[in-house]
Amino acid sequence: MKAACWYGTEDVRVETVSDPAILNPRDAIVKVTRAAICGSDLHLYGGYIPGMKHGDILGHEFMGEVVEVGKSNGLRVGDRVVVPFAISCGNCYYCQQGLWPACDNSNPNAWIVEKMYGYSAGGLFGYSHLFGGYAGGQAQYVRVPFSDVGPLKVPDSLTDEQALFLSDILPTGYMAAENCNIKNGDVIAVWGCGPVGQFAIKSAFMLGAERVIALDRFPSRLRLAQQQGAQPLNYEEVDALDMLRELTGGRGPDACIDAVGMEAHGTDLVAMYDHAKQTLHLETDRPMALRQAIQACRKGGTVSIPGVYTGFIDKFPIGAAFGKGLTFKMGQTLVHKYMRPLLERIERGEIDPSFVISHRLTLEEAPQAYRMFQQKRDECMKVVLDPWTAPVYNTAVA
Amino acid sequence: METFIRNSGAVNVGPIERMVSVAAGGVLLARGLRHRSTMGAVLAFAGADLLYRGTTGRSYLYQLLGVSSVPRKNERTPLIYRQGIRVDHAITINKPAAELYQFWRQFENLPTFMDHVLAVRITDATHSHWIARGPGGSRIEWDAEITADVPNQMIGWRSLPGSEVATAGSVYFRPAPGGRGTEVKVEMQYLPPGGILTALFAKLFGEEPEQQIREDLRHFKQMMETGEIPTTEGQPVGPSMVESSRGWQVREREAREARTRMPGTEEAA
Ligand SMILES: NC(=O)c1ccc[n+]([C@@H]2O[C@H](COP(=O)([O-])OP(=O)(O)OC[C@H]3O[C@@H](n4cnc5c(N)ncnc54)[C@H](O)[C@@H]3O)[C@@H](O)[C@H]2O)c1
Ligand SMILES: [Zn+2]
Ligand SMILES: [Zn+2]
Repeated sequence: MKAACWYGTEDVRVETVSDPAILNPRDAIVKVTRAAICGSDLHLYGGYIPGMKHGDILGHEFMGEVVEVGKSNGLRVGDRVVVPFAISCGNCYYCQQGLWPACDNSNPNAWIVEKMYGYSAGGLFGYSHLFGGYAGGQAQYVRVPFSDVGPLKVPDSLTDEQALFLSDILPTGYMAAENCNIKNGDVIAVWGCGPVGQFAIKSAFMLGAERVIALDRFPSRLRLAQQQGAQPLNYEEVDALDMLRELTGGRGPDACIDAVGMEAHGTDLVAMYDHAKQTLHLETDRPMALRQAIQACRKGGTVSIPGVYTGFIDKFPIGAAFGKGLTFKMGQTLVHKYMRPLLERIERGEIDPSFVISHRLTLEEAPQAYRMFQQKRDECMKVVLDPWTAPVYNTAVA
Repeated sequence: METFIRNSGAVNVGPIERMVSVAAGGVLLARGLRHRSTMGAVLAFAGADLLYRGTTGRSYLYQLLGVSSVPRKNERTPLIYRQGIRVDHAITINKPAAELYQFWRQFENLPTFMDHVLAVRITDATHSHWIARGPGGSRIEWDAEITADVPNQMIGWRSLPGSEVATAGSVYFRPAPGGRGTEVKVEMQYLPPGGILTALFAKLFGEEPEQQIREDLRHFKQMMETGEIPTTEGQPVGPSMVESSRGWQVREREAREARTRMPGTEEAA
């Protein structure tokens, strides 16, 4: 089969590899009908996540049709499913508490992470050997472990494009908003107007936010945020902290969402310092958006962090956080928890997640798609890949 | 390895070394994982150990070697010098104690989760014969007897005098508070008579006996909780860097040519 493989920093190649096989009784093989590239994949592409090996198959946002099942399995051949990015056993304490990505049993390399973090999280599709080294879904076929637990059957009434984002970014944006514990009259600020930020904005309104302020520097992304009802704020044109204070009558937003993560962009001195330290491996993550969110948040407010961080950060304003008594919520999304209720919202027409798609390409075009998405060229917001059609080279996305 | 090493980690890494460890550890780990080889595994282990020592101030390697870089006056390292290697490890399993005890008590089940144990044969009510994988494809065999057996609570065993291998161990099953399953604790001791067998033992259980036992216990938990042990062995992977690169260049060229042939399109890059 064909698969998008990682070969180093900014080096993704489409290779012919062997088809996946059932390795454990609870496995299923899914024929991928659509896969997406996530902002999290960009952290791998940029070489910021340790534990990648040459040839690793990428991709954790995918859906498709079940073509083979192991001995003990709840799925049937022919089922059309969307698959959560986290691999969860459903039997351990954490799975049973609903903390699916914290699964005790799905990461074959847990011992490595235990040394780094104290305790290991579960496995993820296509997200480095620290998270299990599982082959991902930017491929024609993918093996889905514990397939009796994660995959959700998709009703015929929904298209692939409507259901695909249940695998990750729609639940991620939703959980980011839900973590803000939104009350009547609340103003929410969202850093980052990528797909996660867009869904966080949309979800904040669904959960009753009075206003949402959206920060980014790309006009096309700010425009889409505005179409969702948010107030756009280009942090390159105005002082973000001043502006946020002004827009909230001096109080600050009730909750701040960091939908940017470890590769935040910034132009001031501190940002240069972070960039230098990250390059020298003295700091793994660049937390510009996070620092600003903590600074901006009102007293007693919530900082919700869907953006991914992996290692250490510098100059964390713990004093401000402590002084204001902030609440922090973060972590891998509990996709399993949100998939079904969000599927119902899509069915009821409350949200059509396909609005974030900017590019429909073939799997063969994955290398160009990664480059374009990383550089946010051609107003790229979200790329969806079709693993089964041949590329038509008139889209000129390279 | 003539020392008795109790792997309860006290701080044995000094502050400056800790800072350096974090930085170097990340790089090593990333490099090590990138190579599918023994060297890669060694690098990855060293990297992980460096990260661990940087963030916690403890080093497994140092413990194993009985080394400490913490200044003497702060010495808190409980390195006890005695004979053999001792490993203690505990894990919580989301199953009742009775079920876990029963599975373990049937020693024939142990090879399903103990990586180096190939087979266990029960010879009578208290005796069993063990076959394990030794270094370089060799096989090691020994006879063991049960020294303690409290149903649903604990099992103790030791190898018979005169065995090729001298080992003793016990496993305890204790209900976790709040009905959160069972705390399983293993204590294992290897008492090599010295010389060649000592070295053999170190190899048998990997350079890190604690690591081996930790993984065995994790696999026990995985078997009992989920019915399988997670793996990626046998999954597809892209060709090596060397094999892949030629194909990549050819395809890039073809794609470029195809694009330039199309009227009204241009390279955006
Ligand atoms: N928690 C989870 O389980 C989970 C799931 C999916 C994605 N994520 C993470 O969410 C984050 C966003 O994902 P995405 O797909 O939307 O990525 P994306 O790259 O498309 O979007 C990131 C956006 O942040 C903006 N940005 C950069 N620096 C900024 C700054 N200083 N202030 C404000 N905006 C800034 C960028 O311009 C960009 O528009 C990533 O870190 C991703 O890894 C987390
Ligand atoms: Zn994702
Ligand atoms: Zn689990």
